[in-house]
Amino acid sequence: MLKIQNLKASVEGKAILKGIDLEIKAGEVHAIMGPNGSGKSTLASVLAGRKEYEVTEGSVEYLGKDLLELAPEERAGEGLFLAFQYPVEIPGLTTTNFIKTAVNEIRKYRGEAPLDAVAFLKMMKEKMAMMNIGQSLLSRPLNEGFSGGEKKRNEVFQMAMLQPKMAILDETDSGLDIDAIRIVANGVNKLRNKDNAVLVVTHYQRLLDYIVPDFVHVLYNGRIVKSGTKELALELEEKGYDFIKNEVNVGEGV
Amino acid sequence: MTNVEYLNKGLDQLNVADNSLAPARKNAITSFSKMGIPGAKHEEWRYTRIGNLFNKDYQFPAKKEGFSKTDLDGIRLPGHEEANELVFVNGIYASEFSVIRSKELVVQSLEEAAGNENKEIVALHFGHSSSLLKDGINALNTAFVHGGIFLNIKKGTVLSQPVYIYTITDARRESVLSQPRSLIYIGENAQAELVETYVTIGKADSFTNQVMEVAIEKDAKVGYYKIQNDRQQANLVSTTHFRQLGKSYLHTVTISLNGGIVRNNLNVVLEADHCEAHLYGLYFMGGDSHIDNHTIVDNVMPNCFSNELYKGVMTGKAAGVFNGKIFVRKDAQKTNAYQSNKNILLSADASVNTKPQLEIFADDVKCSHGCTVGQLDEDALFYLQSRGVPAPIAQSLLVRAFATDILEHITPKAIHDYVEQLISLKLEYDLP
Repeated sequence: MLKIQNLKASVEGKAILKGIDLEIKAGEVHAIMGPNGSGKSTLASVLAGRKEYEVTEGSVEYLGKDLLELAPEERAGEGLFLAFQYPVEIPGLTTTNFIKTAVNEIRKYRGEAPLDAVAFLKMMKEKMAMMNIGQSLLSRPLNEGFSGGEKKRNEVFQMAMLQPKMAILDETDSGLDIDAIRIVANGVNKLRNKDNAVLVVTHYQRLLDYIVPDFVHVLYNGRIVKSGTKELALELEEKGYDFIKNEVNVGEGV
Repeated sequence: MTNVEYLNKGLDQLNVADNSLAPARKNAITSFSKMGIPGAKHEEWRYTRIGNLFNKDYQFPAKKEGFSKTDLDGIRLPGHEEANELVFVNGIYASEFSVIRSKELVVQSLEEAAGNENKEIVALHFGHSSSLLKDGINALNTAFVHGGIFLNIKKGTVLSQPVYIYTITDARRESVLSQPRSLIYIGENAQAELVETYVTIGKADSFTNQVMEVAIEKDAKVGYYKIQNDRQQANLVSTTHFRQLGKSYLHTVTISLNGGIVRNNLNVVLEADHCEAHLYGLYFMGGDSHIDNHTIVDNVMPNCFSNELYKGVMTGKAAGVFNGKIFVRKDAQKTNAYQSNKNILLSADASVNTKPQLEIFADDVKCSHGCTVGQLDEDALFYLQSRGVPAPIAQSLLVRAFATDILEHITPKAIHDYVEQLISLKLEYDLP
């Protein structure tokens, strides 16, 4: 589904990603872990198409298309979704209006007719119940004054509404208490099926207790330095990132 | 200062009738002769040049003849079926086109009111705007006052129907320089909603120099909405001067969407304890339009509250000016006065000059001001795009979101919906 080859990216001339190789197949859940500053969020942003990041080398193939050639909204139209680490507050735009526009623009991209009000409301109600979100939250301006937990739940709620094929969760667990993590993880798990894939970017192993990955990759200094199964996450939790750093530095003869 | 021969000649020939308009008019004649049309050296007119607008072959004094009811029907605002409609054509009040639906609403010509039982009120308030606006353009209107109206919303009257005031310029046959004038008295405990709009028809040059003065008594409540969506050739100086004479509530929304050179002077003088005033504005201009909002909140007495929020969205080569003055006089202790001006520039050729100006002579007050000029938030744009919303639509959504907290203060629903619709059209056609 997603094939990243030798991906290098920089921001303001500074190299952040230094050659990423990663393949994700339909039905799989991958986790990317790594210490602060390793490039995790940059990878998520590059995949979603944020223009501050300049791709200097490499390629990303997504469902047979060259992902890097697509505008952010086209990527969304093709079923890519990024749950933001820091969802943006937009005063004056209600969450409902925003989601309705998003749903219908994506349908338009796919050549489908817009959802009528009844179908849209029915879908909203269903997903609201799933994410434990009340109507009052959706009538409020997008993310404005939302708590950290509300923002993250709102991200996964949007994901549920847009039903992506490839979802990227960028530190969706940061700033959440254990109950909120459960709700968020539960939402993600309900969306998992054999036809879609999830990439979880996280600093801590905690979230992976709830969203169990098929593969875990450790990102350090702009490269994936170790890959394994979910046991790797537990090992990291136990030993900390230093053991990875030491391994890499020894390997590179530092 | 520009000297304009036809105006000076007109002044020499003026015959000032002996009524309660006379003292203010005589002062204005002297003032205009001294000051003339403000030029670029006048501090309040630095960014808005109107001198050249006077060098046209105008029909002056203007006449209202030639305008018809059919012309009006194409102009009327939504909700007019339920509104009082006062119509000015080329600066002259046209009773034949006006519709008074509220029987409590008294409408008289200014000249008539200046000689009847209302003459004291007229004497007190007519020309009061000149105490804050010391320039020839204000004096010019007062000096030549003609065809103006006096509105009396008497003590205890709650107008259930809004008052729509149309300032129409008919420039189909000749170039028109017009000077509409009105004085509105809102008595104790009275309530009224006033909606003003400006429409120019025809292709000749036009320049409108309007002055409205409003006196608000104790416990009165007033909503005032100014909607400007005229042609790009239509030039306007629009002065609206409020006096809050007793503890009262005023709320104003100024919407500017199109026009040539547009200058709004909005003054609020808080002359009693515990007055409350809200000033909202949205200017969303493109093309070659020039929009200048000059506001003055003058705190004369203690314990007053005022809040001002003006927002600008500029596209094309449009130029904006915001100048917000707050005076706190020495007796006006415990004043709360807030001001904010936020601007978004959507094109490289658009510009805004913004200047807050606080002059505080009391020592126990809370005042704040702030202004910003920037572009649309890139993070917000990306967030919307990442959810599948194409960039142009994302931009529209963000501009609309930016305008929301101004538009929500337009209370008459028909007018609110109308303005939303105008903004939708602008977003569709005007965005780069």
